[in-house]
Order: sequence, then structure tokens, then C-alpha cells
Amino acid sequence: MTDQTSDLKIGGDPEPTVAVTLPRHVLVIEDEPNIIEAISFILSRDGWVVATHSNGETAVEAVLKLRPDALILDVMLPGRSGYDILQDLRANETTKDLPVLMLTARGQKNDRELAERLGVNKFMTKPFSNAEVLETMRALIEA
Amino acid sequence: MALPFNILVLVCLAYVVFLFLGAFGADKRASQGGSNWLGLPLIYTLSLSVYCTAWTFYGAVGYAARSGLEYVTIYLGPTLVMIGWWWILRKLVRIGRAQRVTSIADLISSRYGKSNGLGVLVTLLAVVGTTPYIALQLQSVTLSFAVFAAAAPGGFEGADLSATALWVAVGLALFTILFGTRNLDANERHHGVVTAIAVEAVVKLVALMAVGIFVVWGVAGGTTEIASMIADSPISNWNINPGRWAGLTFLSAAAFLTLPRMFQVLVVENVDERQLATASWAFPTYLMLMSLFVVPIAVAGLNVLPPDANPDLFVLTLPLHYNQQGLAMLSFLGGFSSATSMVIVASIALSTMVSNHIVMPIWLSARSGGATMSGDVRQLVLVARRVSIAGVLVLGWLYYRMSGGGAALAAIGLISFAGVAQVLPAMIGGLFWRGATRVGAAAGLIVGFAIWAYSLFLPSFGETGIMSDAVMADGPFGIGWLRPQALMGVDGLDPVVHAIFWSMVSNTTVFVLGSILSFPRPVERLQGAQFVNVFEHSATAQGWTRGTAESEDLLVMAQRIMGASEAQALFQSETERQGREGYLPDTTPDFLQRLERQLSGSVGAATAHAMVSQIVGGSSVSVDDLMAVADEAQQILEYSNQLEVKSEELTRTMRQLSEANEKLTALSIQKDAFLSQISHELRTPMTSIRAFSEILREGGLDDSGQAKYAGIIQNEAIRLTRLLDDLLDLSVLEAGQVTLNMRRVRLNEVLDSAVTAIGADRDTGGLAIVRTVAREDVEVTTDPDRLSQVFINIIANVRKYCDAASPELRIIVRQGKDGVDVDFIDNGKGIPKESQSMIFEKFSRLTDHQKAGGAGLGLAICREIMVKLGGAIAYLPGQGGAAFRVSLPR
Repeated sequence: MTDQTSDLKIGGDPEPTVAVTLPRHVLVIEDEPNIIEAISFILSRDGWVVATHSNGETAVEAVLKLRPDALILDVMLPGRSGYDILQDLRANETTKDLPVLMLTARGQKNDRELAERLGVNKFMTKPFSNAEVLETMRALIEA
Repeated sequence: MALPFNILVLVCLAYVVFLFLGAFGADKRASQGGSNWLGLPLIYTLSLSVYCTAWTFYGAVGYAARSGLEYVTIYLGPTLVMIGWWWILRKLVRIGRAQRVTSIADLISSRYGKSNGLGVLVTLLAVVGTTPYIALQLQSVTLSFAVFAAAAPGGFEGADLSATALWVAVGLALFTILFGTRNLDANERHHGVVTAIAVEAVVKLVALMAVGIFVVWGVAGGTTEIASMIADSPISNWNINPGRWAGLTFLSAAAFLTLPRMFQVLVVENVDERQLATASWAFPTYLMLMSLFVVPIAVAGLNVLPPDANPDLFVLTLPLHYNQQGLAMLSFLGGFSSATSMVIVASIALSTMVSNHIVMPIWLSARSGGATMSGDVRQLVLVARRVSIAGVLVLGWLYYRMSGGGAALAAIGLISFAGVAQVLPAMIGGLFWRGATRVGAAAGLIVGFAIWAYSLFLPSFGETGIMSDAVMADGPFGIGWLRPQALMGVDGLDPVVHAIFWSMVSNTTVFVLGSILSFPRPVERLQGAQFVNVFEHSATAQGWTRGTAESEDLLVMAQRIMGASEAQALFQSETERQGREGYLPDTTPDFLQRLERQLSGSVGAATAHAMVSQIVGGSSVSVDDLMAVADEAQQILEYSNQLEVKSEELTRTMRQLSEANEKLTALSIQKDAFLSQISHELRTPMTSIRAFSEILREGGLDDSGQAKYAGIIQNEAIRLTRLLDDLLDLSVLEAGQVTLNMRRVRLNEVLDSAVTAIGADRDTGGLAIVRTVAREDVEVTTDPDRLSQVFINIIANVRKYCDAASPELRIIVRQGKDGVDVDFIDNGKGIPKESQSMIFEKFSRLTDHQKAGGAGLGLAICREIMVKLGGAIAYLPGQGGAAFRVSLPR
């Protein structure tokens, strides 16, 4: 009864205005279809190449395979928590410096502390402002 | 005419030979086993008369002449002790027999953990305290000789009076050695000596009463006359000083128990405990008779004899004054008997102590290792005793020479009494107080002894002695409150009372404090228990475990101490008792104890223990420890029980607290988890709503995009509303604030309304619902809306989760005795066993969010509703698909 499919979708067409720079690749790991849709839409419109993945267990594999420039990571995922995924990524030589924005709907104080201890770059609570997500992603990529 | 010196000496010798024969005969009878008359209470009573020495015989009259009736106190103390024999003497004698105590030093040593240090201390104290007393006896004999010399015209021809004391000492030493150390008796009893003492007791009494009768009826002319003479004499004017009376009575009672010679006859020579009962009245009677004529003799002497006559010798000088040679001779023999009996018994007692507590331990340690295996211990003990007897008499004679024979007899006696009385606190404490310890006893003894020596003994040597006039008057170094006879500035007390008071008070205080502050060794605790509870315990000494002791080694040692035949007999009887033949029994704890007791009769408890220890090896220590553990365990049992109860209580409280804490923690975790879940469930739809709202507001979307995103926002808003409804519903149900509208309804109607409400009846191509309408025609009392809500929830779940190709739900109604069961069974995969217990918990959605569409509160709400309706909802395993049973009361 548990949905364990992992689907990879490339978001909408990149805007020609940002073609001057190389397209940035972002992987969104999130299991709520509506939220995936929303994030994909705003990032694509900003010139990002968006890939999505909705299963926690296979998330690390997906990251290693896709080698994105930045990562948006949900906390409550089917199969495996975002914290565990982050821990694995930080332990891996190729992904230890990968910029990660964590999104959570729980947003209690200790959640943020845990995420920071594990080496998250940015931690945001749902619901988020679209503009803020875009700004954060730009900042993460430029840092 | 006066008796010539030679005749006097001849009479003395004849008397001694008479005693010798009596003693010899008694010893012989005893060794032949025919000693039944020795067991007579009368003999025991008479042997106690060693209390009445030359001091009593001569000195009492002198005492009465000087201080009136006060001499009575010297008889009063022992009388009280004998009358109260049941309390102290009986226990003392029982312990003496049970522990084979050989002397008072052995008693103290044995009581306080067989400590030889204490044995040495008491021995020294006894020697120092007894020496003046022996000197006193020598002095009295010498004085009595002198009286006869003075009565004879021109004194004794060719007689050297100054040598008399020495010759008497030598003679007594010989007699004592002969009868006191003839053999080493396992019980340390001296039948010959006891017999001689008994004979002398009779002679003393007869002589004194004869003189008394002569004075009353021969000199004064009758009882009336003597009564008027007494009334006219200064004796009747003497005031009774209550403090001094009480002090002296206490002192004589204490001395009666602690004097080495008294301990010897009271405890060591006691053959049968029952003798005490007779002696308790017979001995006071004896004392009363001894004191009966003291006052008449004193009064007559004061009246008749010249003023410079020594009152201490009235008993002799009165008959001589009236030229009663025979009576004088009898009187002389009475005094002689008093002196000799005391010296004999005292020197036996002292020599036992010296050899057991000083000579043997030194010899043992000098020959450490195989000590008990080499040399003839038996011979050594005998030699040690003989030398000790001689030594004691030499000491007495030296004291006699040093003190110049000047001090009044009674004064010397009291000094001696006060000295040995220092053992009393340790003795009585040891008998009645288990808490008394070796350290306390030793400290008390030393302090009491020191104060006695400082305030009474040393000053007794007079101005020319150790204490100078200046020290006596102003204290040492001019410290006033240290004046020997006015300690702490307590002035005006009689020196003897003063010394008794301070020494006994300090002794007792230090003893008690020392005992409380020190911790007894295991052996001490054991011995303490054995002594204090002697009437409960059978006669067992400290225990031995079966050690590595070689039976043969023990036999060799025992032979050397007890003599070959006695040792062999003991070993043989033990072997027989163990059911075998020969001389080498198993070294059982029983046997070792028995052997140690036998040996302790000869060499004292401490030495016997040490000797057996040497052969048995180090095991004695572990035995001590083992026994101590048992002993202490017994002592702290109550305390430990209390602790256990307390501890149990605490454990129980702790468990309760910890359970409560766990519950609270679990509740807190549940609450946190719930809040976290709520947060997640609320924020997730809101995230979509906000994100798409912002996108729509920014514009730039085509119509279909706008419609799509507006649709998402609408759906998420509905989801959010449903979640809030569920949450409110649940919280109302959980808080118990729900109002039920109970009534009689038909079950099929409720089911109908539920199916209709969910739209399942119109759901073409969706879920097929199979019902048996005939069985649904049941009436129940319930809230139909709430029950319908439960059914809707279940059906909605099935519609959501049933993964069969063509989903089907069977609704089966069963009527039971207590109520109605409604089963909902689908044809899907069912719920995994491990998840079945969780499905009724809040937010326990098993699938991913999107597919479920709800907040995961449905079944939790169903459970709450069913509880409120008085029924239940449960997952029904083993039905193929997922199955829920709703149970309703009728």
C-alpha cells in the first residue's frame, strides 16, 4: 500500500533570458505532489533546471546520480527522513559541500537545531514565500 | 611463767605437721576419687574464711579500740555479697566452671577476648595489691612472737626475732609449694590446701571465741558486766560516719569479689555451684561469730592493759596478762592460722597468675614455632609456679622490711582492698554488659590503679617513703588540686574514702567510655556473649573448626601439660566417643574446645588458646572471623531488618515514581508528536495554498494553468477544513464533552444512511458493497448519527485503501448474546499484522498522504465514538482482506 515509485521529471522549459549563464541544476526531494508542482514552477521560471524525487530511501542515490548544483530537501519523506539523507550526503566526499535548503512542515525549534548540526545550508518552514525560496537558492549557488 | 621460745616454735611446727597430714590425707582421698566430703558445702564455707586473715583476727580488735564499731563494715560487705549470691556470685562461679577460669586475671583476660595484655595487667595489680597484705601477715606473726618474747623474762634466749618474719615466709613458701604445686590439676583445685584452710578456719574461730568467752565471763564476770564496761568505754561514744561506712562496706564487698585469694576459693576451688546456697547463710554466720567478741575484747583490753599496749594484739596480750598460757597458745595458733591460710591461698592464686600470664607467654614467644613440641611444658609450669610462690613471699617480706612494720594492721588491709577493688568495674561490666571491651577494661584498670597508687598506696610508705611531705601538703610541683589526698580540691575526706571515690569513679567512667568508643575484636564479642549469657549458653568456649591440626601433635602437647595418663585418657575417651579405637580422635571443633578448656585449667585460657592455635595453625583467626560474622549478624539483624523494610519502601516508592515519570514522559512525547503531526498536517496544505496563490497573483499564466492552480488551492482548502473538523471532533470526543442522542433504531437504517452519505450506492465501477439485508433487521439503542459516522469512516477507508482490481466490501451483521457485531470485510491485501495495533492511533496513516487524502484521524475518531456508545471497534484479522468489527450493545 506504500507508494515507493521514484519518478524523475525535468521541469518546464528554461527561460531564454538566463541563457547567458550556464543553467543551474536543482533536485527537489519532496513527496507532496502539489508542493513539488509549485516549487518546480517557480524555480523553472527563474531559469533553474529542476529534477524531482519523492522517495526517501533512494534519495541519496538520486543525488549521486544527478549531481545537482543545489538540493531542496523535505524532512518528512516516505521511507527515510530528510535528516538521515542529509547526514549521508555530508559524509560523502562528492556531496559534502552541496548547498542544501531544507523545508519542513514541522518547524519546531529542535528540528532547526538538528538540521543545523547536521550541516544544512538553509532551513525554512512551510509554508514559505516563493520569493524567499528563489532568493535563498540564488544565494546558495553564489556562495 | 611464759612459754619458752622453743616450745612455741615446737607447737607451731606440730601444728603445721598436723595441717600437713590433713592436707596430705585430703589430696590422697581426692586422687583416689573418694573426695566426697570435700564437696560438702561446710568445707567450702570454711575455706571462704581465708577472708578472715590476721588482720581480722588481731586487727579487728585494734580497729574497734581505735574507731569503734566501724570494723563491722569489713564483715558487712562480704555478708551482702553472700546474701546476694544469686546475682553475682552464681554467675561468676558458673562462668568460672564453664570457661575453666584459673584466676581473676584469667577471668578478665578470658572475658576480654583472651587478651594476655589484660591478664598481665590484672596480675601486676594483684601482685602489687596483695604484697602489702602478705607483709601484714608476716608482721602479725612476728608481732605475736614478740608478744610471747616480751612476756618471757629476759626475752627469748638465742632467738633472733628479726629473722622470724623471714623464717615464717620460708616455711609458708615450702608449705604452699608442697601442696599448691604438687601437680597440675586440670581444674586447678587443691583439695589438700582447701582441707588445711578449713581446719584453720575452725581453729581461728574457736581461738577467738575462746578468748572472747574468757574475757566476758572470766575477766568481766558476765554479759551484764561487759555491757556496762562497753557503755563506759570510749567505743560507745564513737560516731558513725555514714560516708566512711558506705565507702568501707562497698570496699569490702568489692574486695571480697576481687581479692585473688577470695577468687581462688570462691570460684576456682568451687566443686559444686550448689555449695553457694549453703555458704550464703553459713559464711555470714561465721563472720558474725568472728566479730561477736571483738568489742568486749577491745573494751577489756583498753580497761585492763596498760595504755601503751598495742590494741592490735589484745587477743594475745589479754590471756597472757591473766597468765592463761593455754588460751594464749590457742589464740596464737588462731592468729597463726589466719596469717598462714591467707598467705598460702594468696600465693597460690598469685603464682597461678604469674606463671600463666607472664612466664608462659614469655616462654611461648621465646620459643615460637615448635614451642609446644619441645621441652616438658608441665615441668616448666610447675617450676614457674614454685618460683612465683617464692617470689610473692619474698616481695611480701621485702615490703614488710621496707615499711618497717609500723603502720597499723587495718590501714594496710584497707590499702590492699582498695588496690584489688580496681578490678571490679571490668569484672562486673564483663559479666553483665556485652558492650564492655578490652580497651575500656584496660584503660579503666590503668586509671583506677594509678589513682589508687598515687592517692593511697605511695603515701602509705610514710614521710620517709616515695611521697614527700611537700607533695602531700601542696601537691606535686605545688599544684594544689593534685594533692594526693585532696584530688580536684576535694578536701576533708577520709584518705581511704577519698581514694576509693576517685579511683572507682574514674575507673568506671573510663571503662564505660573506653568500651563505648572502642570496637571489640571478634573474640571479645564472642567471649562477651559467652560471659553475659552464660546461663543461656551451655558451657562452650570459643569454637574451633576442623583444622589441619594433627591429632598426634595435640596429644604430645597435652601430655606435656596435663600429664601423660590424663592426656591419654582424654584422647582415648574422645576417640571412643567418635566410635573408634585408639588415642587419636578426629580434631573436631568439639574436641578442640574440650581440649582447650582442659589445658586452660593448667595454663590459663589465653595460653591454652595460643598453644592449640600453634598446632591448629592460622585457622583460629578465620574461625574468629567466621564466628564474629555470625555474632555481628545476629546483633545487627534487627537493624538490618529495619533497613530492609525501609529499603523496600524506598524501592516501591521509587518504582511508583519511575512509573509515573514514564507515563508523564510518554504523555509528553505523545503530546509533542501530536503537535508535530498537527503542525505538519496543517502546514502541508497551507504550503500549497500559499505557493499557488503567489503564483496566481504574479499573473502571466494561461487560462488552463490558472484553472489548474486554482483547483489545487480549492482542494487543499477543503482538505484543511476536513482536518480541522476531524481535530475538533476528536478533541470533543476525547474531552468527553459530546452529547449523545441515544434512541432505538434499526441497524439497517443506519447502514443505509451511511452508504448513501458516502455516495457509495451511486459509485459505479467503484466499490461494490455486499449486504445481507435480512440479517440487518435488528434494533439497537444508540446515537444513529454517530454510529453512521463510524460506518462512513470505515467505508471511506475501504474505498481509499482497498487495492483489489474490483474492490468489494461485505457487510455482515451477527447477533450475539450481549449485542450485535457488524463486520466490514473487503477483498484487498489487508493490513499487515505489525500495523494492526497502530491503525486506531491518531495520524497513523499507513500509506502516503496524497492517496489517503485525510489527516489519519478517521479510525481514532471511530474508536472514540464506539467507546462513547458503549461498544467497540476492532480490526478482525484472518479474513482475507482488511476487516473491521464494530460491536454494539443491544
